Amino acid sequence: MSIELNARIPEGPIERKWERAKFEMKLVNPANKRKHSVIVVGSGLAGASAAATMSELGYRVKCFCFQDSPRRAHSIAAQGGINAAKNYQNDGDSVFRLFYDTVKGGDFRAREANVYRLAEISVQIIDQAVAQGVPFAREYGGLLDNRSFGGAQVSRTFYARGQTGQQLLLGAYQALEKEINAGGVTMFPRTEMLDLVVVDGRARGIITRNLVTGAVESHAADAVVLASGGYGNVFFLSTNAKGSNCTAIWRAHKRGAAFANPCYTQIHPTCIPVSGDHQSKLTLMSESLRNDGRVWVPKQKGDQRPPNQIPVEERDYYLERRYPSFGNLVPRDVASRNAKEQCDSGHGVGPGGYGVYLDFRDAISRLGEARIRERYGNLFEMYQRITDEDPYHVPMRIYPAVHYTMGGLWVDYNLMSTIPGLHVIGEANFSDHGANRLGASALMQGLADGYFVIPLTIGNYLAQGGLTPVTEEHPAFAVARAGVEARTARLLATRGSRTVDSFHRELGQLMWNKCGMARTAEGLREALDEIPRLREQYWRDVNVPGSGDSLNQSLEKAGRVADHFELAELMCRDALHREESCGGHFRVEHQTPDGEALRDDEAFAYVAAWEHRGDDAEPVLHREPLAFEQVHLTQRSYK
Amino acid sequence: MNLTLRVWRQPGPSVPGRLERYEAADISPDMSFLEMLDVVNEQLAVAGQEPIAFDHDCREGICGMCSLMINGVAHGPMKGTATCQLHMRSFTDGDEILIEPFRAGAFPVLRDLCVDRTALDRVIQAGGFISARTGAAPDGNATPVAKVDADRAMDAAACIGCGACVAACPNGSASLFTAAKVSHLGLLPQGQPERLRRVLRMVDQMDQEGFGGCTLYGECMEACPKEISIDFITRMNGDYLRASLSAGEPRT
Ligand SMILES: Cc1cc2nc3c(=O)[nH]c(=O)nc-3n(C[C@H](O)[C@H](O)[C@H](O)COP(=O)(O)OP(=O)(O)OC[C@H]3O[C@@H](n4cnc5c(N)ncnc54)[C@H](O)[C@@H]3O)c2cc1C
Ligand code: FES
Repeated sequence: MSIELNARIPEGPIERKWERAKFEMKLVNPANKRKHSVIVVGSGLAGASAAATMSELGYRVKCFCFQDSPRRAHSIAAQGGINAAKNYQNDGDSVFRLFYDTVKGGDFRAREANVYRLAEISVQIIDQAVAQGVPFAREYGGLLDNRSFGGAQVSRTFYARGQTGQQLLLGAYQALEKEINAGGVTMFPRTEMLDLVVVDGRARGIITRNLVTGAVESHAADAVVLASGGYGNVFFLSTNAKGSNCTAIWRAHKRGAAFANPCYTQIHPTCIPVSGDHQSKLTLMSESLRNDGRVWVPKQKGDQRPPNQIPVEERDYYLERRYPSFGNLVPRDVASRNAKEQCDSGHGVGPGGYGVYLDFRDAISRLGEARIRERYGNLFEMYQRITDEDPYHVPMRIYPAVHYTMGGLWVDYNLMSTIPGLHVIGEANFSDHGANRLGASALMQGLADGYFVIPLTIGNYLAQGGLTPVTEEHPAFAVARAGVEARTARLLATRGSRTVDSFHRELGQLMWNKCGMARTAEGLREALDEIPRLREQYWRDVNVPGSGDSLNQSLEKAGRVADHFELAELMCRDALHREESCGGHFRVEHQTPDGEALRDDEAFAYVAAWEHRGDDAEPVLHREPLAFEQVHLTQRSYK
Repeated sequence: MNLTLRVWRQPGPSVPGRLERYEAADISPDMSFLEMLDVVNEQLAVAGQEPIAFDHDCREGICGMCSLMINGVAHGPMKGTATCQLHMRSFTDGDEILIEPFRAGAFPVLRDLCVDRTALDRVIQAGGFISARTGAAPDGNATPVAKVDADRAMDAAACIGCGACVAACPNGSASLFTAAKVSHLGLLPQGQPERLRRVLRMVDQMDQEGFGGCTLYGECMEACPKEISIDFITRMNGDYLRASLSAGEPRT
């Protein structure tokens, strides 16, 4: 099988492309929709909104998640907000400006047509969420409030206290529950997809494991939608939930779906630093804190004085110094890299020297403690709960952490992967953020994909026909099931000497060092040497206690970590091949004289889509060239 | 610090369980409670024993997946804090800690500390939503919402659906959970058309799931990691009464 990347971008001017695509789409007759079945893997913003909306349209939907309730998908944890080009603030925002900011913020590695559609749909998302009862923040006059977020020059971010993801997800979850009640969606919680089933070159079903009983089961459908989230947990420590993993997309990749830009990972600048070897995950402090907090380190290396005893002249407010016009609000990748440089050069603070200060002293003396409490009270509380330090009086300590993966399965304009019938939405695809995602735009993308794009494009796919009837009795299901069972049996039979977590930690550390915020060809080559060795040791020496026929959390983790190993290798390979720096991908060899990311548009203005050719073969690189017709290629500057 | 744990172990839903003793040595006060359990589990796994199963995911106090009774208190000793956000500095060296699942008639134990809380999802299915078909919505600013109402709705909407209120309630009632959703939606203009039908259906479903009745003990509010107010239950009871009296509100 060879892969052909056809992005299927509609003809015409950019602002008419989506309208045109919608018009040209083939439609499924209302009476026939009921005859079609769709599998949705995932119940986060993307999956829940897609499953609910497709059911409203009349499709028969099966939806899966590994948590005990669809409401617990990791979208729930998003704090800051969701962007939309409503221009309610009359500050000059527009669909074009949101589009422009997103393409530029992504460092010119996203597909223009997709990003434009995202900006267009953003306004409908807010309407939809309000109608569902999402309690967005309001002004005294009763209208929706906005704030500026993540360095945007306009106020276009809608929010619900510090719990925007939670409230948007509950809106989508409630729509999903409504459809479950109406009989259009069958929900399978505590169920994990472990393989994709492809029949005659089309995605026709999945193999799952019931996480309570251990039963391995087959599910057939006319189309499959993956909405399984990001793969940041390759790094072990990240802001993702403990269960977040790459298995669904990785299994699909091994069945033929190209994996795009795996090396594009976002490292978020404002997270609580690691406190010890026991650390199990990292906690994000919302980026909105940078609106009022000032980032600094002591000028003197290794300065051990408590922060309040370091006079202003002896502090280096390095973001304000280096980027006078954006200051503390530079994009995430820039802020993170600068923090790393400060710590690597010995200016870091806190235990181990891996932290920088985020200081509210000036904001508190300007606005008063009450105002700051009103704005960030819940975040300050969270910080204090974790660190036992009071940020009203002592500056916060922050350090970057893995947060989001821009890479994912390659999809065309219709969100279909290189396997016909397999669609991918939300963080699981690569589509809209290029090499760096702007704050408050992942929630937007997940809901745009789920509520407004996939319900239409799935119809276009189904209406084209050619689908032969396939049931769970088809031999392809038996083969895939046997593969899943054999893998589970092998993990359980190894009974080695090391726990799953110990391997995962080691892999994570390796990836953080070699494929994290700053990458070198040498480091990546070392990683490509070490990962296969560690993986081989894993399969020989991992210890997975318990059995396969009951709830076994060690077994769940073991399967996910096995896939993380394979994806980690592809991430390093992609990072090594991309001989430029762009967005979250910083190659030390490619930087401007003053240390900024240096793109190479001549050679690398393309999407790198990798094809799996078997466990023992090298993956093959395919390129989708990117054309920038609206936003002209420029070096990003936040000076 | 060194601690002794007494942990509920139960291999499966229909197998009897019992308390087991474990020593947790060299625990740092900076660890979260779940990280302490991770350490114990690593030791168990190395010793060839089965780790203690417990539910968790976000570890940030927002997904509502973690669910432990710690020394008889849902989510442990710290007010307004989910288990995953509880840190070991809340305990002292030498403490003995009793760890059990969230117990309630409507929450059968699946294994060790994991319970089945899907009954809560079914309460939402019964009516915990606004029927707003995708694409049919008017402009977001078409209906202004007074800030006090929006804020109050958000107070109720903050529920993470963990079920601590049920586990803490002597009657095993899910009234705080249900009231939070009824109030969140009922406080907003968008939630008015289905308001009465919603409360009837959700309360009926709650009864059908085997949750107990509410006698306003107030234990639920004490245990709630989001400190949701019991006033919402009073509000729900008012709505329920109104709905029951108003003729023509179909219950199903
Ligand atoms: C701490 C944090 C804060 C954030 N804040 C913001 C913010 O303020 N604004 C913003 O725009 N973005 C934010 N983001 C990013 C954003 O939240 C995510 O990118 C987005 O919510 C992902 O949604 P999703 O639907 O794609 O995936 P998820 O919400 O991660 O859902 C994945 C779903 O897939 C299921 N699943 C996964 N694998 C399997 C499998 N094998 N079988 C069955 N089911 C499976 C899971 O159970 C889950 O239901 C934040 C992210 C984090 C981590
Ligand atoms: S693990 Fe998510 S709330 Fe505790």
